[in-house]
Amino acid sequence: MSMDVASGSAPAPVAFYNDPKIRSIAYQATLCAIVLFLVYGATTNAIEHLARAHIASGFGFWNNTAGFDISQTLIEYSSQGSTYGRAFWVGLLNTLLVAGLGIVLATILGFIVGISRLSKNWLLAKTAAGYVETIRNIPLLLQLLFWYNAVLKALPELRDSIVLGGAYLNNRGLFLPKPQFMRGSDEALVAAVVGIICAVVFYLWESRRQERTGKRGPVFTVAAILILGLPLAALAIEGFPIKFDFPQAGRFNIGGGIEVLPEFAALLFGLTIYTAAFIAEVVRAGILAVSRGQIEAAYSLGLRPRPTLRLIVVPQAMRVIIPPLTSQYLNLTKNSSLAVAIGYPDLVQVFTGTVLNQTGQAVEVVAITMLVYLSISLVTSLAMNIYNRRVALVER
Amino acid sequence: MKKIASILTIAMIAAVQSASAQTLKAVKDRGMLNCGANGTLAGFGLPDAQGKWTGLDVDLCRAVAAAIFNDANKVKFVPLSAKDRFTALQSGEVDVLARNTTWTSSRDTSLGLNFTGVNYYDGQGFMVRKGLKVNSALELNGASVCVQQGTTTELNLADYFQAHKMQLKSVTFATANEAVKAYDAGRCDAYTTDASGLYAERLRLANPDDHIILPEIISKEPLGPAVRHGDDQWFDIVKWTLFAMLDAEELGITQANVDDMTKSANPEIKRFVGTEGNYGEQLGLTKDWAVRIVKLVGNYGESFERNVGKGSPLKIERGLNKLWNQGGVQYAPPVR
Repeated sequence: MSMDVASGSAPAPVAFYNDPKIRSIAYQATLCAIVLFLVYGATTNAIEHLARAHIASGFGFWNNTAGFDISQTLIEYSSQGSTYGRAFWVGLLNTLLVAGLGIVLATILGFIVGISRLSKNWLLAKTAAGYVETIRNIPLLLQLLFWYNAVLKALPELRDSIVLGGAYLNNRGLFLPKPQFMRGSDEALVAAVVGIICAVVFYLWESRRQERTGKRGPVFTVAAILILGLPLAALAIEGFPIKFDFPQAGRFNIGGGIEVLPEFAALLFGLTIYTAAFIAEVVRAGILAVSRGQIEAAYSLGLRPRPTLRLIVVPQAMRVIIPPLTSQYLNLTKNSSLAVAIGYPDLVQVFTGTVLNQTGQAVEVVAITMLVYLSISLVTSLAMNIYNRRVALVER
Repeated sequence: MKKIASILTIAMIAAVQSASAQTLKAVKDRGMLNCGANGTLAGFGLPDAQGKWTGLDVDLCRAVAAAIFNDANKVKFVPLSAKDRFTALQSGEVDVLARNTTWTSSRDTSLGLNFTGVNYYDGQGFMVRKGLKVNSALELNGASVCVQQGTTTELNLADYFQAHKMQLKSVTFATANEAVKAYDAGRCDAYTTDASGLYAERLRLANPDDHIILPEIISKEPLGPAVRHGDDQWFDIVKWTLFAMLDAEELGITQANVDDMTKSANPEIKRFVGTEGNYGEQLGLTKDWAVRIVKLVGNYGESFERNVGKGSPLKIERGLNKLWNQGGVQYAPPVR
């Protein structure tokens, strides 16, 4: 039999239940059906039992008045005028704010530390190594509590605030003068946009010139002048139409200005420093993954260390760095939910904390929160994957 | 946190089933009452250095255990934060929630639980530093206030400041511990919770004498035990445990004289101690259920004085919590 098949005659027809393709489809369909059935069973079971135990269900609470106060709100919110739905958005924006800033700062710090650890300077390399080994081996929650208590204990009381050029620093937070743009500052905004566009055009033009002739103009200086100089010039023409809303010390607190809560500062600090230690290792691994020959080749072409790092090492290292970097970003975002421990009103604190308790609707609230974190994580991965595809090695 | 919550959700789906009319049997089979308690609030629920739980709420759970098992120690106390407490009761993790919980209409109706009575009539107040020279809560315009999350306190606070057109900067923490610590560290000008809680928490501050409790009581906070909705027998047992403690005080039955009282000829006392009638059996318990409660835990007055009153570091006046015939509002229906 087998000789027949091997010798090239038409293969004997296989029974459909032995066809590997049909089999695998059948297996997967069965698994899907089981999973769907379990989800359906759990859902209907939960709904039925919630009804029997007289526990309210559904999403009707979304439009009910919230009735509680939130310490940091990026959008308009008041305890009597706003709904639970509004409170959800307040919490979500607070999460996104701390996660977004944390990602930017952790990336900068992580790259600096990662590259420092490979430095030839003994002190710098050892300091970076010490930082990484200490920070990433201590639980984040402890670090957050440390930062929060260190921040609170170290700062002076309201009456002994540190005042610096109109800014106040005390154990209630950092209060900065808030710029208020009057009539005429629109022109400065237009000038800034024009400046940025011109800078980008100049950069592209110079890059093309470099490819053609090997010469390159002072891109950085020109861009800086365009982006900063143009709006400043516009402001000067209008006679600096900016007023500052200076923080004022009241009886209990400081009013006006921009307020940075100690809870926010502690959380941002903790998340940045913790995640940067991991990013530093990712960066170090990426750089070490670039083969020594590449650097030697660059040197032999006459490139100096700095351009070698910028043009040869980093672009190749990025391919290795991006995927693990993505998971660090996701970790940072998810870790921001530890805000509950130090009273920062993030999504988990506001929504699965207060809203869940006031409405008693655990299933709905937890489901929404999980869905939100899932969405944030998927969007972050998607963005990073798109970037990864751009820097990935293109095989020709 | 998320993980815990999702586990709770799953647990809830599985365990809500057991809610109907089975609690007494489940407790007996287990040989142990699961009681949701505070865990950090002196006078109401707090384990001491030896791990022995004490407090007014703790005594209520002990009394339930005494009535069922004739042993006040057959209780497993589960410390719960304000925001986790209802989920723990709904999911069946605890049989009774006795955790200084305010009885409100929405909690009674939409959370799937029933309050069985009021074991402490309380009201919300404020604590501030003496150095601030504040004499009234109405002077707190613009103040930062530390508050515990998931409480009626959190809502009353916002209401009060709104009603008096004052600006509020609230700082919310998941547990009372964290809120008090932040207040002590100077993060807030005031700390707010139920007045009884203020007296208890003040003892834990670095310098208790530097803080005063403002005279305003801004809300009604009837604190009481709660059980799951749908098990009337269990509801009755917990409800009548508290009534038995109150009736014992009214009848003058104390831990010390309860044995003599079983020989009393007074018909009211005879019904109470079970030498007449079968009131205990009607509850699903034994004839001497009320005697067990008083003998092992004491009457309401004894429990009050021992935990929050003169016999405790808190030294709180009975006030509203006096019996109805002594000028208070504590009033229990009779056993008959």
